[in-house]
Parts: sequence; C-alpha cells; structure tokens
Amino acid sequence: MTLLQAFPLHHYLIIGAILFSLGLYIVLTRKNAVAILMGVELILNSTNINFVAFSRYTTQAISGQVFAVFVIILAAAEAAVALAIILNIYQNLKTVDVDEVKELKH
Amino acid sequence: MLSDVIYSIIFYVFVLMVVGSAIIVAFSRYIMHSAFALLLTFSGVAGLYVFLAADFLAALQVLIYVGGILVLILFAVMLTHKISNVQLSNPVTKPWIAGPIALVILLGLIWIIIKTPWQVKAVPTESVGTTVEIGKAIMGTYLLPFEAVSVVLLVALIGAAYLARPVPGGTTSSPRCPFGQPRQGGEAGGQQSRRDVRSEKKD
Repeated sequence: MTLLQAFPLHHYLIIGAILFSLGLYIVLTRKNAVAILMGVELILNSTNINFVAFSRYTTQAISGQVFAVFVIILAAAEAAVALAIILNIYQNLKTVDVDEVKELKH
Repeated sequence: MLSDVIYSIIFYVFVLMVVGSAIIVAFSRYIMHSAFALLLTFSGVAGLYVFLAADFLAALQVLIYVGGILVLILFAVMLTHKISNVQLSNPVTKPWIAGPIALVILLGLIWIIIKTPWQVKAVPTESVGTTVEIGKAIMGTYLLPFEAVSVVLLVALIGAAYLARPVPGGTTSSPRCPFGQPRQGGEAGGQQSRRDVRSEKKD
C-alpha cells in the first residue's frame, strides 16, 4: 500500500491535546459516574494517538504501537472493573451521582 | 494532484469527526447522546490510526473500544437509570471552574506543541503491515509486560465477576454491602434509615 502523503506531526498532537482537555473537563464537571468513565476513556485515547504518532514520526520503531496495545488492554480491564463497581453502588444506594456517594465521609 | 486533495479531505473529515463528537460527549445534556457520540469518537480515532499506518491498532480499536468498552458503557447507562425515565440527564457541577482549567491546559499544550522543534525523521511512504512486527515485539522484547498484562486481565475478570454477581439466594430489593459486613443495628441502623429516606426521596 502506498501512502500518498504524511500529515505533519503536530496535527496529531493537537488532536490529542483537544481530546485530553475535553476528557479532563468531563472528569472535573460530570456528576454521573458513568460519564466520568467516558472522560477517562477519552484521555486514554488521546495518549494512544500521541504514542502512535511519536512512534511513526520520530523513532519509526514498533515500541510506541506495542505500548498503545497495552494501554488499550488496561483500559478494557479498567472499564470492566469500574462498571462493576458502579453497578454495585447503584444497587446499594440507588444513585450513580458521585456527590451523593459519601458514606465514608464524616 | 487530485488524489492528494481527496486524501486530505478524508483526513480532515476524520479529524472533524473525532473533535466534534468529543465536544458532544463533553457538553451534551443527555448521557445517551454522550454515549453514542463516544462511538463516533472511537471510530474516528481508528481512522486516524489508519492514517498513521497502524493497521493492527485500528482493528484493535474497533474491536475493543467500539465493540467492547462502548457496549459496556451503554449497558451501564441503561442499567443505572430507570428506562421509563425519559430524561436520563447528565448533570454538570461547577463548569465555571473546570472550563477555564481545561481551556488553559489546552492552550498551553497547543502552544508547546507548535513551539517545540520536533526532531521528525522522514516518514516512509511505503506502508507494510504492522501485525507481524507487533507480534514479534510482544513475544520477544515485551514478553514480561505481556505476561503481567495477562495476569492483570485475569484479576480484572475475576474481580468484575465477583463484584457484579447476583445476591446468593436473596432478592434484589435488599441492599447488600460487598466491601464488608452489612450494617445492622445501633448507629448503623440510623445510617440505613437515612439512606432509605434518601432513596425514597429519589423515587
């Protein structure tokens, strides 16, 4: 396969930066625990874009892509455990609002 | 060249798809809209991987993110809200503090990215499949992280199955506490009743 042209590196880095700030905004503002998880997924995606872009444009080694594979695997594990915990919180407290879940707070 | 123009157009369509749907995820008032916009974001990121000549990662992104994590998130959204409740809202707290923080970080990052003289090498125009190389790297250089990650996956599998298992022999109406003994009597009874009052108020 022949790639016609390569786009500059900073295009990808800026996309990653935008995704990271949107994810940060979601994590900081949302009250629904599932929505916060969506923000975390956005942040992980932005890191993955940066990993792959740097591995293609600076070293041309495969290591960046291997690291992105590990990030995807850990994101899957994190999502499964986090959603199990959220479902448990919902079962116990009938809410997923993180401001309402303050049973350990005095 | 015409094909170059078409290539650029496709690239910027993917960029627009990622950024636009991520904005919908961040600012939509309904959590179902956020979840479905996340589908477009993940698919667009898979497209960007194709432009970065990472074919294996693009396939992995579609399989795991779109096919796995997103379905999990949709399940969680539907299970944690009453389906009959149409509103399915997604409340926001203190956007006037978080907004400027995120904006400052975004502008700082963009400034750094543009100002830094990146040591970019010439990108090869020929693209071969990366699957073979990734497989060799995982089974060679990165064998120990690979084994560690497989143990982590196993632990996560067992942990998620333990946390999400149904109450043995009980009904779903009785709340149970998986992180310790269920609270009974004494001061804990007060906690229990307060919690019941709150859940009734929610209903």
